[in-house]
Amino acid sequence: MTISDERFEFTSGAKKKLVLLVVVGILFLLAGIYLDIAGEAHNAGHATLQTTVSNDLVAFNGGEGEATAEHHETATWLKRLYTDLWINNVFFAGLGLIGLFFLTLQYVTQSAWSTGFLRIPTAMANWLPIAGVLMLIVFWFGKHDLFHWTHEYLYDKASPEYDALLDGKKGFLNLPFFLIRMVLFFGGWTLFFYYIKKKVFAEDIEEPGVARWKQIRASSAWFIIFFGYSTSIGAWDWVMSIDPHWFSTLFGWYVFSSWWVSGLALIALIVIILKENGYLAIVTENHLHDLGKFVFGFTIFWAYLWFSQFMLIHYANIPEETVYFIQRLTTDQYRPVFFINLFINFVFPFMFLMTRDSKRKLATMKIAAIVIIVGHWLDFWLMITPGVMKYEGGIGFMEIGTALIYLGAFLWVTLSNLSKHLLIPKNHPTLEESLHHHI
Amino acid sequence: MAVGKNYLVGVFEDSDVVLDSIKSVRDNGVRIHEVFSPHAIHGIDDYLGYKQSRLPIASFFYGLIGCSLALFTIYWMLGFDWPMIIGGKDFTSLPPFIPVTFEFTVLLAAHGMVLTFFIVSDLKPWAKPKVFDVRCTDDKYIMAIDLAQNKQSKEEINKMLADSGASEVNEKNFE
Repeated sequence: MTISDERFEFTSGAKKKLVLLVVVGILFLLAGIYLDIAGEAHNAGHATLQTTVSNDLVAFNGGEGEATAEHHETATWLKRLYTDLWINNVFFAGLGLIGLFFLTLQYVTQSAWSTGFLRIPTAMANWLPIAGVLMLIVFWFGKHDLFHWTHEYLYDKASPEYDALLDGKKGFLNLPFFLIRMVLFFGGWTLFFYYIKKKVFAEDIEEPGVARWKQIRASSAWFIIFFGYSTSIGAWDWVMSIDPHWFSTLFGWYVFSSWWVSGLALIALIVIILKENGYLAIVTENHLHDLGKFVFGFTIFWAYLWFSQFMLIHYANIPEETVYFIQRLTTDQYRPVFFINLFINFVFPFMFLMTRDSKRKLATMKIAAIVIIVGHWLDFWLMITPGVMKYEGGIGFMEIGTALIYLGAFLWVTLSNLSKHLLIPKNHPTLEESLHHHI
Repeated sequence: MAVGKNYLVGVFEDSDVVLDSIKSVRDNGVRIHEVFSPHAIHGIDDYLGYKQSRLPIASFFYGLIGCSLALFTIYWMLGFDWPMIIGGKDFTSLPPFIPVTFEFTVLLAAHGMVLTFFIVSDLKPWAKPKVFDVRCTDDKYIMAIDLAQNKQSKEEINKMLADSGASEVNEKNFE
């Protein structure tokens, strides 16, 4: 067989489709911005009403009913744009990171079944450096809109808006330390990635053997330790600190589980699309079955964390904790999404992927993977939007547009890097075992 | 599973030989009662033509029964039979009921599945194990063929087994 020299070709047809995706995204985004500006001009008369409402919510948030209008001079559409960019930054950075996590996990656990499609998660991780730069840029421009805690006046004891709670968290939640953490995490992930990637691709040209595989395994283990701490702290920083008064101790795992299950779904989706285009003949229904089990299992893991977070807060009924769910359950914009989130991320995949056949067939796995990716994007939307946009959040042209732009760019980076190397790691020590994988 | 009395037992030395033998014996239209091996042989169920187990379907329904039984019981007890205010919640408030419901679903699904497996596999405490050849716990591969289930004569099957690589073919009768 000549499978070992198989290469993915990033055809002009595929490129055109991705460009089209991005162009549609840009058009959607522009339409959304236009509609938002037009809507704002129209609603100018109702401004007083809106301010009262959002003051209510801020009071809920423990902010002592500070006047938001005084400090927020940013137009709604710009604030909404920052929110959308931030959602996609966090979501797609997570997908890239899961690519690297999946790769390293296979080395650490000495897994062989996945070797046939290991190049796909490897290619996904190429998004990491780009995601880091985008994070820094969006944070720098949108920090005061996205993160309430970045305002100087909150820490000024003379100011009427002095916030004792946030002042108490200042040791952790301050601008320099936040930026150091962001740079450290993205820098660390990128360095690990380039180091591991270099060794992984050296395997294609150099002599086969297990020495390199052992080196990769050792660095993978170090990466996973770093990954454990960095994702958890990253989740507090980039998602939880949007609601700075609120906290949940399992939030880091919750964000990780959301990233992990959507990353697995994306790996499965790319495998399926490549198979439909005639690549990856060595990845059979048996490999897909195991990927499907992973997706199925971690949907339940996600639901478990979702429920653990919700039930404890519901049961304890402490106001500073329940505010998070009150924002999401008592508002017309968020309440439907709250239940849709639970349905398409748990009930649907749980029922749909339960049978053996649905995990082994390309068509059914594809449906499940797409639903889960969209579902977890919604999950991040629901984590981030209410804290920033209060009553003005929604899902419209802007949200869909930015998501399409990011998706197109992410897939472009993934596929173009996938085409640079052999599609199948032909000298990988566990490739032979992967070829015989059978369940 | 029907229990026969007279069996022909083929003894093999190698797992690859036994797989080839299964194939040739089945191609000749002989039904194999069971194959015993000291270790798991990957893919042997395909060779033996086993259908996919229906145990997961049974398990799903046991789980469904567990789930509805738990919900019904908690709702009836705490909502109607003996309403109690706990933690300032409604009498019937779903979230605190979920952990118990989950546990009961798992309990019934798991126990139901195990019991069903025992019943289907004829495994009961007083069941007498049928040992075709004790060497299958050591280094031999054993293929048992129920003579009552096959049209072919004993001699024909004996020849098939010997031709496909059996090192010896014995007859085993159970009382």
